[in-house]
Amino acid sequence: MKFQRIVAIARKEFIHVFRDPRSLAMGIAIPMLMLFLFGYALTLDVDRVPLIVWDQSESPASREFVSRFAGSRYFSLRQHTDNYQGIERAIDNRDALIALIIPVDFARRIEAGRRADVQVIVDGSDSNTATIALGYADAVTLDYSREIIVQQARHQGLPPPVALLDLRPRVWFNADMVSRNYIFPGLIAVIMMIIAALLTSLTVAREWETGTMEQLIATPLKGPELIVGKLIPYFTIGILDLILSLLVGDFVFAIPLRGSLWLLFGMSLIFLVGALSLGILISIVTKNQRMASQLALVATMLPAFLLSGFIFPIDNMPLVIQGITHIVTARYFVTILRGIYLKNVGLGVLAGEAAFLVVFSALVLWLSIRKFRKKIE
Amino acid sequence: MELATDTHNGFAVTLRNLEKRFGDFVAVNRVNLDVRKGEIFGFLGPNGAGKSTTIRMLCGILEPTAGSGTVAGFDITRQAEEIKKHIGYMSQRFSLYEDLTVAENIDFYSGIYRIPAARKNARKEWVIEMAGLTEHRNSRTAILSGGWKQRLALGCAILHEPPIIFLDEPTSGVDPISRRNFWDLIYQLAGEGVTVFVTTHYMDEAEYCDRLGLIYRGELIALGTPGELKSRFMAEEVIEVLCDQPQEALEPIEQLAEVKHAALFGRGLHVVAERADDAIPAITARLKELNLPVNRIEQILPSLEDVFVSQIESHDRKEAPQREVAS
Repeated sequence: MKFQRIVAIARKEFIHVFRDPRSLAMGIAIPMLMLFLFGYALTLDVDRVPLIVWDQSESPASREFVSRFAGSRYFSLRQHTDNYQGIERAIDNRDALIALIIPVDFARRIEAGRRADVQVIVDGSDSNTATIALGYADAVTLDYSREIIVQQARHQGLPPPVALLDLRPRVWFNADMVSRNYIFPGLIAVIMMIIAALLTSLTVAREWETGTMEQLIATPLKGPELIVGKLIPYFTIGILDLILSLLVGDFVFAIPLRGSLWLLFGMSLIFLVGALSLGILISIVTKNQRMASQLALVATMLPAFLLSGFIFPIDNMPLVIQGITHIVTARYFVTILRGIYLKNVGLGVLAGEAAFLVVFSALVLWLSIRKFRKKIE
Repeated sequence: MELATDTHNGFAVTLRNLEKRFGDFVAVNRVNLDVRKGEIFGFLGPNGAGKSTTIRMLCGILEPTAGSGTVAGFDITRQAEEIKKHIGYMSQRFSLYEDLTVAENIDFYSGIYRIPAARKNARKEWVIEMAGLTEHRNSRTAILSGGWKQRLALGCAILHEPPIIFLDEPTSGVDPISRRNFWDLIYQLAGEGVTVFVTTHYMDEAEYCDRLGLIYRGELIALGTPGELKSRFMAEEVIEVLCDQPQEALEPIEQLAEVKHAALFGRGLHVVAERADDAIPAITARLKELNLPVNRIEQILPSLEDVFVSQIESHDRKEAPQREVAS
């Protein structure tokens, strides 16, 4: 490999990128747009669930019970109603996701120390939110009912009953359980995978289409020089994207970065080589810009979104699909980024994932060099 | 640098039974050819005859199906990369980067050919001067006219001063004045000892070549200097008939038994006949009957076009029966 030829290719490729607004947009603007869009919109947290109440009891006790819901950050009391039609309408219109129906004898039964049934209706069409909302409702109710028992015991001059079991949770790494803290590191991985492969998927195919490749392959230029030269500008863009993402994470979304910044950079560079080489490999094999970009999109977007564990937990997938996720590079990078970001773990823990990235990147780079032919077919 | 295994006694290009098939289609059919060093060799043939396919195999960018050949003493199948160091190639399509400026394209290729820093600027200025692009050195290549692009492409292909250059239809789509200038440039290069292998389908350009090969349907059907082709390869004889109303004379002449073919040519007719000595009296007699006065009638040396048409026709006559048997 001759340095002079690599420099010539890299410089030319830089000029292509800077003179083409579309590749600049794809390289810088789209990743940032995705980062903001997903950063703001993609949240798995369920709070302020809209609530409708039909309080048939209309007593101080029932009002106190409702205020426990309205006062928590998990529910937001939207309206009161006095019939079932009101509830149906509110749930149909998505004005409410959960309804609370307090029976007429609510206060009477409580005073008498008997069990009172409270009906909860939840919109199951969004099963994930429904499950979480029901969990919240259960917790609020349990809390209130325990309080009543304590109060009643005190009125009667008895010692308050003691719960025999008490769960004392402590959440590590993401104490407030903000889902964004969990999603954001994965988001960086997904965006880098897609953008890197898309950018490079055009470069070789474009030269075949415009005929400039025919001229190039009639010169002493060697395949590895061409591929390395072409990788350099996109590698630079990838690093720029990474730096921008880290800055956005820190300053816009306040995602804590607990681990080593150097380790994060080192891993990202290795990952970038693999993702960029995958794009080049696709470009070399297809020799056609449209096919190359579509193939790159399918080969990176789908696995990175669905099979990397970025949103959907891999442990919940059927075994066959879990098996497939082992060959999705984004999966390892998502794990690495999350580990460094949230858990402050080092290479000791991430060695397996890191090794996979190294092997994958080296393999794809080697394959693309091997597949490139200085011949017309 | 690897040494050439065989210099082939001063031949820049030698081809032995070179063949290229794409599936069932035979694009180049057992071509044998020797091109001397310093020669301007023209490859003449209609579109699709196999000119580009041959030139690509010579440049080491297309694998031959069978046969062998050397370029600059290197084997075209085994030493393709060595060949690429010693040749300049200009493909049929404009193949520089349109979003780069003139100077950037030159810089790019001087990087690819690893022109030493000491010579780099001199070569760059030479190309810009030669292509007449002094005022456009910082313009994007996309805005240049066809003639400018073509000269810039040539300049980039010979930055490293190769001893052999291959030009695939270099003047297609270029205006006549630019074509003339381009050929001046080729003569200049040949004068410096460079071997020029050029394909064309322009007959007038073929006349500029030292030697010509006629290629038709993948086969080399005639080879020689333009003069040799006209005197040796023309089976028939050509008669020029100058008369006042050539359009009216055309049909009656074609119907004569002694005449094989006739065509309007300038202010007269070109008549192809087996023997001019038999045809001239017949034509004179026929035109006299029709009351069409003849200003001049004489046997002439055929033009390259006459030779080419006649060669193609005789080739098709030979091939036709075989093809029928085959099908």
